[in-house]
Amino acid sequence: MKNGSAVEVTLPSELGFEKVAMSTAASMAQLMGFSPDRIEDLKTAVAEACINAIEHGNQMNDTLSVAVILSPGEDHLEIKVIDDGAGIIGQPATPDIDRKMAGEEDPRGMGIFLIQSLVDEAEWHQGPPGKSFVRLVIRLDKEKN
Amino acid sequence: MQAPTKVATRTATAASGAPVTILAFAGDIASTSKEPILEAYGATDGQKLLLDFSGTEYVNSSGIAIIIQLLLDATKAGRRTVGIFGLTPHFQKVFTMVGIGKYATLSPNEAAALASL
Repeated sequence: MKNGSAVEVTLPSELGFEKVAMSTAASMAQLMGFSPDRIEDLKTAVAEACINAIEHGNQMNDTLSVAVILSPGEDHLEIKVIDDGAGIIGQPATPDIDRKMAGEEDPRGMGIFLIQSLVDEAEWHQGPPGKSFVRLVIRLDKEKN
Repeated sequence: MQAPTKVATRTATAASGAPVTILAFAGDIASTSKEPILEAYGATDGQKLLLDFSGTEYVNSSGIAIIIQLLLDATKAGRRTVGIFGLTPHFQKVFTMVGIGKYATLSPNEAAALASL
């Protein structure tokens, strides 16, 4: 696969369509030679980024869409998930299972934690509508370590 | 677009001889799974419960939150030992990452799960 052979997927703001982006990212990573377990990490991270964009960025508004741009590099795959929201202001606290099990913390709220745990880089950028995005990077060489 | 969650209930016997209820999931475990999973859980009784994920391929953070809610309900009821089996190695890692392994035994298959109870 040539560097710069980017693929863009446009999703409606409806839960479930994150699986389309997830499958596309998995196909691209497979072509690039990622190991099966890294592809699984990527699938979950991409799905969670799209769910955040659909639920929180676009507020499930079916007139808005989520853009997912997959850009292969020599040794990495970059994924941008773009929505019409204002972006994430500050990072949510790391989920605490003990607090959740004590009823002191919402059982939800693990998406960003999973994204950060499963890819090599995750950055949230705020912008005007249609310009807020999360940028994920997963590196090929990690599996050699 | 989400594959509807189906929950089948069956019974088995633990290695200790105790009766075990197994909730076997099929389809996606996502935000739409809350009603089928918690309703099926609510209809169960007994001390020991296993959750079978071998029929699922897609679990997201909303689905994990529902499993945490089930574990919380079981803890509040003060009467349940809950085990989980049939997760893919990836989702076994994810469940461990979010801490579910502290509150439910994660086993690779049904035989190992029954032996753990």
